[in-house]
Amino acid sequence: MKFFKLTVLTLIISLLQIVHAQAFEIREVESPGGLKAWLVSDKTIPLITMRFSFRGGTINDPETAQGRSYFLSGMLDEGAGDLKSEEFQQRMSELAMRMSFDADREHFGGSVQTLSENRDAAFDLLRLAVTQPRFDAEPMDKVRGQILLGIKGDEENPGRIASTALLKTMLGDHPYARVPKGDADSVSAMTPQDLKDAWSAIFVRDHLQVAVVGDITADELGPLLDKLFGALPEKGKPISVPDLKAPEKGSITIVERKIPQSVMSFAMPGLVRSDPDFITAYVMNFVLGDGGFGSRLMEEIREKRGLTYGIYTGLASWANGGLLIGSVSTQNSKAGETLDVLRAELVKMATKGPTAEELEQAKTYLTGSYALRFDSGSKIAGQLLGIQQDNLGIDYVKKRNELINAVTIEDARRVAKRLIDPDALTISIVGRPEGIPLKTGDAPG
Amino acid sequence: MLNSIMFSLSGNYRSAAMALFGLVLAVTASVVPAQALEIDVSEFTLENGMKVIVIPDHRAPVVTHMVWYRVGSADEELGKSGIAHYLEHLLFKGTKRLKPGEFSKIIRLNGGEDNAFTSYDFTAYYERIATDRLELVMDLGADRMANAVFDDKDIKTELEVVKEERRSRTDNNPAALLREQLSAAAYTAHTYGRPVIGWMSEVEKLAATDARAFYRKYYTPSNAALVVAGDVDPSKVRELAVKYYGKLKNTAATPVRARTQEPTPIAAKRVEMSDPRVANPSIARTYLVPGINQAAPGVSEALDVLSQVLGGGSSSYLYTELVTRQKIASQVSAYHNGDTLDGGELSIGLAPAPGIGVKAAEEALDAALHRFSEQGVAEDLVERARNQLVASNIYAIDSQFRLAYIFGAAFAIERSVEDTKGWTDRIRQVTAQQVNDAAREYLRLRNSATGVLVPAPSKAASATSN
Repeated sequence: MKFFKLTVLTLIISLLQIVHAQAFEIREVESPGGLKAWLVSDKTIPLITMRFSFRGGTINDPETAQGRSYFLSGMLDEGAGDLKSEEFQQRMSELAMRMSFDADREHFGGSVQTLSENRDAAFDLLRLAVTQPRFDAEPMDKVRGQILLGIKGDEENPGRIASTALLKTMLGDHPYARVPKGDADSVSAMTPQDLKDAWSAIFVRDHLQVAVVGDITADELGPLLDKLFGALPEKGKPISVPDLKAPEKGSITIVERKIPQSVMSFAMPGLVRSDPDFITAYVMNFVLGDGGFGSRLMEEIREKRGLTYGIYTGLASWANGGLLIGSVSTQNSKAGETLDVLRAELVKMATKGPTAEELEQAKTYLTGSYALRFDSGSKIAGQLLGIQQDNLGIDYVKKRNELINAVTIEDARRVAKRLIDPDALTISIVGRPEGIPLKTGDAPG
Repeated sequence: MLNSIMFSLSGNYRSAAMALFGLVLAVTASVVPAQALEIDVSEFTLENGMKVIVIPDHRAPVVTHMVWYRVGSADEELGKSGIAHYLEHLLFKGTKRLKPGEFSKIIRLNGGEDNAFTSYDFTAYYERIATDRLELVMDLGADRMANAVFDDKDIKTELEVVKEERRSRTDNNPAALLREQLSAAAYTAHTYGRPVIGWMSEVEKLAATDARAFYRKYYTPSNAALVVAGDVDPSKVRELAVKYYGKLKNTAATPVRARTQEPTPIAAKRVEMSDPRVANPSIARTYLVPGINQAAPGVSEALDVLSQVLGGGSSSYLYTELVTRQKIASQVSAYHNGDTLDGGELSIGLAPAPGIGVKAAEEALDAALHRFSEQGVAEDLVERARNQLVASNIYAIDSQFRLAYIFGAAFAIERSVEDTKGWTDRIRQVTAQQVNDAAREYLRLRNSATGVLVPAPSKAASATSN
């Protein structure tokens, strides 16, 4: 056992040497028409993965057409150019390609994977989807039906109910609190014109970011970018979102449902991604509840007490605000005890911060495991797009571990104090929780 | 990122397609791979009978290390449902040299991730870590196979965790409850009818003695395989495997998995559930089909193609018929899992379109399946399905974890590496005639179980706050 520990220590020391190991080169490619993309060229597997996104997501849906970006994301592979929905789907399936779109709060994204030998035909289909979507009535009604079922399903999904109620309580009518799918009324009323409006608002070149990985060279990618996105208008409207103000005083909302387990979401005010304390907060939160096994919350609530299968916390850091958000589920009779332990841990973290040992261990893990995020083409593409979205620079992959290693214990304590505020803890609980001190009052959601 | 990322490999909601894999891809079809792509898979057996499978992947300086055991929930004794999964949790609770939780802690301290999963036919443990840590995880993996310790207090706490896991996954979710009931109904005799996580009434009675006995019987080297995928040299892996796993002694005779086999089904089964927590009705249909180990040559592959033709994506037969044309359904999908030790399943899931009742939807589904079997399948649909299945393998190669998983799962159901690599070739040879024969033989109601889930009226939900 002693010998074994020694081995482990030795390994940790040598870990520092692999921290910078990056087995691939990221190039910025500029097309003849001036479009940019980040590329990792790798011919090992005859596959190409492209991820792209446009800034401006569901938070930019107008009040009168909430859910239109999400609706649009379901319609782009439902017919484009001369190809009607069925023909388009059939073509995709003949090419054995993968194409999907998604709308989150701040971005509208697309993802394409193709075998390299079908590259031209597959990207031609993407070009049609991006530049000439059809919005025919029949597929639109089909997708509308799917979204309406999804909205209804969410209304009975305990996790969704909890997180929606939490955001509503904390953020009120702020666009960040919106449900991306929209509501049944807005989706039922959605017209082809709404989708065209969404498409023209979103698909503009100066909001575009692209990451490409796989069997394609920079010389091949440049002209392809022009072909795909060159026809889009140059400039879009600036994106303006009011700053987010999360309440400084916490509260508890209970949504009663006859289920054996109480499902809880909780949050406190957080910070924006560009905040200079972000990396420190990320490391501190890793110690608190982001690490799975070994995080303080997991140790105290799962490992020591068997109260839950899992508890997590994470930073939701957007451009105009952020939250430190978490979730946990426990049998109804243990809800009060679980919250008591959670609060006690928050108090401990706020007053003392992580220990020096915890900080070092978190840094070791976070730097050592960074390479695991880059072990497949689709993962690399996802990372490269995320780094562009967060505006971190093309050298971020090289710099990132230095940033983590630069976090000091003083920083970590200061940021724990700054962010962790048990009095600001807002909680929503779905189920029939017991042991929760309740005052009477009206339900906010 | 907790124990058991994957549970029920049955029902229509399986996330990852588990089709086995052919690594030599050379195709004649027009739009799909003309390139041949070869990945060397080495395989050898240690003196104690443990298999080792090595899959080099040099794209990143990381390695995936997995230990697979040929034991799953279908091997559990009557009254002990859930023990395979519970034991999987307990194997994070320490060994003679490691304290509870220390295994995962060491992995984290070395920048790695670890987890485990349990299914009907297998239990597997994995670590993903920088390549130069391979020796460390092999040392730890071998220790876990031989020296686990079950402390009374820890195992009681962990039982509570497993019960919470069951509440989260199943009891809080009516669709999961229906799937559980559907499986129980589908199987008359085989233990595939039991939930992997176990019935709550049995899980809460599981004891340390059960876990110890199960561990001794099944966690013996001759019942296990090591799978290493990543930036490694097979001869180095062999050297380390001999050093750490090769020294382990067998604790039991290699277990014989002689499970009660499902008799030929003769009656359609049906379960219906209404629950106020259900927002949208849904239909799940499971046909019992022979698994890869029972099926005549080519039949399991024909069923792979059949399920792809029927419900693989938005241009599949059922989607086109029921969603696009008749507008009866909002979603429909089909999936075949024949990669099992015993019997396989072909499953269909359907969500009726808004305003369409489950009865009308089920009738439309049955009529469409009947027509399909009567008329036979168009050759171009078969060709497209074959191409898609072949292409799915190239997409799969992109993931190191998935590569390791595919060969580990094949070991667990007693298929060889060669057989696994030959899947693509066998898929390429499937004819429309074979697909038609499979449809006519297996898509019969008497082979099936149907589950219907509908909303029930609920008392008004209320909310309070402080």
